[in-house]
Amino acid sequence: MSTAVAQKRGLAATIWDYLTTVDHKKIALLYLYSGGFFFLIGGLEAMLIRIQLMKPDNNFISAGLYNEMITMHGTTMIFLAAMPLIFALMNAVVPLQIGARDVAFPFLNSLGFWLFFFGGILLNVSWFTGGAPDAGWTNYAPLSTTSPGHGVDYYVMGLQISGAGTLIAGINFLVTIINMRAPGMTYMRMPLFTWSTFVTSALILFAFPALTVGLFLMMFDRMFGSAFFDVALGGNVIIWEHLFWIFGHPEVYILILPLFGAFSDIFSTFSRKRLFGYSAMVFATVLIGFLGFMVWAHHMFTVGMGPIANSIFAVATMAIAVPTGIKIFNWLFTMWGGQIKMTSAMLWSVAFIPSFTIGGMTGVMLAAAAADFQYHDTYFVVGHFHYVIVGGVVFGIFAGLHYWWPKMFGKVLNEKLGKLAFWPFFIGFHLTFFIQHFLGLMGMPRRYWVFLEGQGLETGNLISTIGAFFMAIGTVIFLINIVYTAIKEPKVGGDPWDARTLEWSIPSPPPHYNFVQTPLVRGLDPLWVEKMDGKKGMTPAEPLGDIHMPNGSILPFMMSLGMFIAGFGFIYQVDNSSWLIAVFIGMGITLGSMLTRSLKDDLGHHIHKEELEADIKKGVGK
Amino acid sequence: MSHDDVLNPKQMPHDPEKATLEGKNKFLGFWFFLGGETVLFASLFGTYLALNGSTQGENTPENLFGLELVFIMTMLLLTSSLTSVYAMYHMKNHDFGKMQLWLVITVALGLAFLGFEIYEFYHYIHEYDFTFRSSAFGSAFYTLVGFHGGHVLFGLCWITALIIRNQKRGLNLYNAPKYYTASLYWHFIDVVWVFIFTVVYLMGKVG
Ligand code: HEM
Ligand SMILES: [Cu+2]
Repeated sequence: MSTAVAQKRGLAATIWDYLTTVDHKKIALLYLYSGGFFFLIGGLEAMLIRIQLMKPDNNFISAGLYNEMITMHGTTMIFLAAMPLIFALMNAVVPLQIGARDVAFPFLNSLGFWLFFFGGILLNVSWFTGGAPDAGWTNYAPLSTTSPGHGVDYYVMGLQISGAGTLIAGINFLVTIINMRAPGMTYMRMPLFTWSTFVTSALILFAFPALTVGLFLMMFDRMFGSAFFDVALGGNVIIWEHLFWIFGHPEVYILILPLFGAFSDIFSTFSRKRLFGYSAMVFATVLIGFLGFMVWAHHMFTVGMGPIANSIFAVATMAIAVPTGIKIFNWLFTMWGGQIKMTSAMLWSVAFIPSFTIGGMTGVMLAAAAADFQYHDTYFVVGHFHYVIVGGVVFGIFAGLHYWWPKMFGKVLNEKLGKLAFWPFFIGFHLTFFIQHFLGLMGMPRRYWVFLEGQGLETGNLISTIGAFFMAIGTVIFLINIVYTAIKEPKVGGDPWDARTLEWSIPSPPPHYNFVQTPLVRGLDPLWVEKMDGKKGMTPAEPLGDIHMPNGSILPFMMSLGMFIAGFGFIYQVDNSSWLIAVFIGMGITLGSMLTRSLKDDLGHHIHKEELEADIKKGVGK
Repeated sequence: MSHDDVLNPKQMPHDPEKATLEGKNKFLGFWFFLGGETVLFASLFGTYLALNGSTQGENTPENLFGLELVFIMTMLLLTSSLTSVYAMYHMKNHDFGKMQLWLVITVALGLAFLGFEIYEFYHYIHEYDFTFRSSAFGSAFYTLVGFHGGHVLFGLCWITALIIRNQKRGLNLYNAPKYYTASLYWHFIDVVWVFIFTVVYLMGKVG
């Protein structure tokens, strides 16, 4: 409905609608489009890196540009592609899975998105203003504090702004899941995707502030002359490493856990079985989240923390493999004896299992602190984390998109093209990264601009580059599929997969209030429970009545725009103090918008019973 | 619940801050926010503890800090926490006038605290030439204490805005959660200060 109406209203009205929307389904689309856009930029950067490393002593891009590429590739992929794509899925699905009409804080939901968006844009503006950040995505001091130009300043301000958005989104999902569940949706009946969103949000809440502080210290050192990382004045560069990884290790679980949840839902749907070991899966998710905070120093084994600290962190790290193993076996047992349907979503999910397991295995190898002295900062580490991040997170995003695409857009992505995109990507992925483990073991350091001839590194690097092209082909086919589906594929109903959870009990895409009547949940996999009882849909938990909905607002956009402007001011006031004007204007806009929000009443609006009855006549609700 | 029930409730419930779903959400969300703030300050404390010995042989915690001033500041802030409790007590009694009065007192105490803090920083900079840039200790000190001071300033602006905005219309189910979260924030700032007093000033003088 929304697109047809929008076309009548014209482009300007549609843009205004998206700038002011607080509807979680529209915010999901905003996250999807901008995350997808950054994914393509990050992918392009990766291709340039691989072309440079295609042959020894290559001079395809300059050394300085190469440093910018690797930095921006990592930063973009983690913060601007993976995170928002995950938030796209969470926003599209979680409120529906718990039977809610919106998230707990619709206004903050929109604010979280716009902060992320402007932070990402700020970071990428650096390409056009004299050079992108070039100190690696980990931005270690003193490399970062002494990096000339403003590249690292953009890193600091861009991540600070988008990080604030992430934190807000995390709090929003925590409260949504605790307070907004439909009657009967107890904790132990929540789908695994909701559970993992819950745990992930807790990780965001407790991990991101450490990055916030690290970025503040970096900002003060670079822009205001403080001495946190200036050894000459008593500073200590290791503080950055600790703060970064106290955030950074939980961050890798923030990335993977939601997709663990998505895989769980997908395996169970396409095996037509309830998830094997549901409570063990919940327990393992929580345990991984908890242990994820105890292991950050495994990134710092070679810093010189001493054998005791190294041993403790090594053991804690290896312990995480246990709950992860529990999950792998539960997925296998879910499929065992099921009526498996190999849809594209299922294909990505099945491919995830061996790929991710290899990544987990190299992880345990890396966790052996003594051996890590050999692996550290070589391509072995690059191989490890791409196996978990691409084989886990990216596969999961593809799987999740295939699975929930009909709920978001009302159409199933073309299955043939879906599989056609999968194979080159899957083969390319293993070609690219498997060989990198061996390059690493042979001593090839990561982040080097060139490698030399005659050291046995030529073949491996060439294979890796060829693999990268296969992955690019797969991605392009996926994009083609999106366009093709939008034009050619027919509309589908609310439940195209014969699925089990609440989001499939309402139309695709759902009306903006989601549920005409809040559903009554009677067990795990609530829709399946009703189907087994011979019912067509959910039993309502309330009579038909007025629905209370939040109002849209432009203020989140304005607040984020203010931060964006202030960001430039902070970066350039070092050169010329008149840029402080930009800081004042920007912060003025942000704080003024906050004050407006605080002072102006905004009670939302009601959708009246009559409108709902009219909608039902038109077919909504069943 | 209709808008009128929220803005002009016929009968105020005992916990007006949690009477609506929005209120409940705000209440819980704010607690989570404070959890994140805890990590923020924990990181700042960690940094401070790593750098408080890096004085470069110049101004050290022992010769800089004067406990008398900090003790007065501590008393001011602790008292302001107490007065904000009184305010919330009157909110639950639905006595809007008294609630506003106690909040005004809270703001006054907070302002006094902030005044002393500004004086303290001014004093260090002009008498001791101890700045944000003089040593890693200087950077860590001003950042930790300054972040807290910034929080105090934000809290003062927030509570003042609430007092003025609602002066004419009194308490309702829409603004009660706002007052309540502001008071939670104020307590949190107070707790952080207790840690600053202990870790920065007491340990700086004694340890
Ligand atoms: C069984 C689970 C895992 C273990 C035992 C493990 C262990 C490790 C260790 C010890 C390192 C440090 C290697 C070094 O720098 O020398 C490392 C690096 C890394 N791991 Fe894992 N890991 C595991 C799972 C994951 C997952 C699930 C992800 C992400 C989704 C991940 C992402 C990363 C990243 C990004 C790095 C490299 C960061 C950098 O230096 O740039 N790991 N891992
Ligand atoms: Cu890690």
